[in-house]
Amino acid sequence: MIQISPHAEAALTCTLDERSLYLRRLVLGSVRSAGRGHVGPALSLIEMVRVLYDDVLRIDPKNPGDPDRDRAILSKGHGCLALYALLADRGFFPLSELDGFCGPDSILGGHPEYGMVPGVEASTGALGHGLSIGVGLALAARMRERSYRTFVLLGDGEINEGSVWEAAMGAAKHGLDNLVALIDYNKLQSYGPTDYVLPLEPLADKWRSFGFAVQEVNGHDVGALRTVLKQLPAVAGKPTAIICHTVKGKGLPAAESNADWHHKNKLTDSELEAIRVAVGDF
Amino acid sequence: MRNTAMNMVHKLAARDERVLYIGSDPGAGTLRAMSEEFPKRHLIEGISEAHIIGMSAGLAMEGFVPYVNTIATFLTRRCYEQVAVDLCLHNLPVRLIANGGGLVYAPLGPTHQAIEDIAIMRALPNMTVICPCDADEAARMMEQTLDWKGPIYIRLGKGGDAIVSRAEHGFEIGKAILMRPPGDVLMVTTGIMLQRALAAADLLAAQGIRAGILHMHTVKPLDTAALLQAIRGTRLVATLEEHVPSGGLGSAVAEALIDKLGSGFPAMLRLSLPDRFMHNYGSQDSLLKKHGLSANAIATSIEHALAASRPPSPQLHST
Repeated sequence: MIQISPHAEAALTCTLDERSLYLRRLVLGSVRSAGRGHVGPALSLIEMVRVLYDDVLRIDPKNPGDPDRDRAILSKGHGCLALYALLADRGFFPLSELDGFCGPDSILGGHPEYGMVPGVEASTGALGHGLSIGVGLALAARMRERSYRTFVLLGDGEINEGSVWEAAMGAAKHGLDNLVALIDYNKLQSYGPTDYVLPLEPLADKWRSFGFAVQEVNGHDVGALRTVLKQLPAVAGKPTAIICHTVKGKGLPAAESNADWHHKNKLTDSELEAIRVAVGDF
Repeated sequence: MRNTAMNMVHKLAARDERVLYIGSDPGAGTLRAMSEEFPKRHLIEGISEAHIIGMSAGLAMEGFVPYVNTIATFLTRRCYEQVAVDLCLHNLPVRLIANGGGLVYAPLGPTHQAIEDIAIMRALPNMTVICPCDADEAARMMEQTLDWKGPIYIRLGKGGDAIVSRAEHGFEIGKAILMRPPGDVLMVTTGIMLQRALAAADLLAAQGIRAGILHMHTVKPLDTAALLQAIRGTRLVATLEEHVPSGGLGSAVAEALIDKLGSGFPAMLRLSLPDRFMHNYGSQDSLLKKHGLSANAIATSIEHALAASRPPSPQLHST
């Protein structure tokens, strides 16, 4: 019998502060402008990205190529609306770019592209690539004796890919304690529940058995995320996996744990009104 | 050829600290000397090609020049998406050293025979595709890989292939080498088909047929200028490749002639493996012979094609 994590229950009930609501307004504004976007995967991810970019990453938006910056890769590239909101808010590019999402001349596509979007470290979208690239970045840091850290954000559906587990073995082999995998464990992939599509449990044990130090946290609890991400590496000599229990579509009741909101096309008037009620005018 | 290419990685590593060797699970002792001299830059990462390509991309993003090495089929089929997205989309200087291009692993069956690798690698934007003909050329080629921008796929032959390349020709990525001046026919070769072409040219010469040879060691970018120069005055262009007919050297040459000339170019003969997996074993040579790629068979095919392309004799039209 698989136990439901208390972090998962907390993720369902926890409330969002004004900054989290503001970031959701940015995300949903992009969806409204473009008439499309991966809503659920972005909303589950927002607090993870927020804490990384607000509190953890050593980065300078004015110098995005700084060789000593921390690296962050959004391996679940379809969650890019959350990343774009944070990058724009932090000044990597103007907020006005968010309105052009997926437009013909936009720098912001439906998946993030390296070289197009300031602050994006790797082009992702095809799943199962980011952790291997992260292993390369982290290994390079060690070989170059640089102090930067590498963070890779993965989706729970994404870790169906075998390449993720190849990368996990590689990270453990090299003892890359400068590498952190954050798993957005919202338990709902495109078709339906992860338990139905391809069961992941016991997920923490899997990562542990692959040689990672594992932490579990409510992925919408900003304070808890800060605490975990400020104590890295979790174990010296081991890469860290942080299983972030989240809710797909978090903050938008109609979208929460609703696979129909995985990707959303044109928003109806009633959906727009529901969004206003949930996150405020946008 | 393989040992030479491997030793060149060591030599380049001694010269340039950006150079890494990354193997999956190569034969015991592969590059042992390098592993002893530069243990941190000799990485064995397991039978996990998809991961190795992604990891190499990450290392290349940080300024390293990884030389990734395993069997050709595993380096192309298994991890094609990683090669396309992680290497080609990011245009990173990772070098893929593919052991056993073509039919080198004939005895091991179709899982190990890289017969469509040129096509699928050539299809990727930013990818460079090189097929050296012998060990000497492999050494000259490796010298040129260090500072080439973007990814390179290097298709290696068996090793022990007859040395036919010449130092005076040098080696430049993307620059074909004219081995024999064009005559009645121009053979365009890549990789170890050059040795067969040279022997076929001698056989044709005995029949009074002048055969030129353009060695296209780099299939992408194709040296279109050299090709257009070499076909002048010839009646037949024959492409020779250890590869299926789709997407390889013959396709590249045909595309270049159509794109540049549209019409009015010589007749073409594409000699290749058939469009099917090989279900026979034996040796590289025996399979090449079986599929019409021995020197004798090449010469015969060219003779027939020249006869077929000859303008109609005036007598045939007189009554």
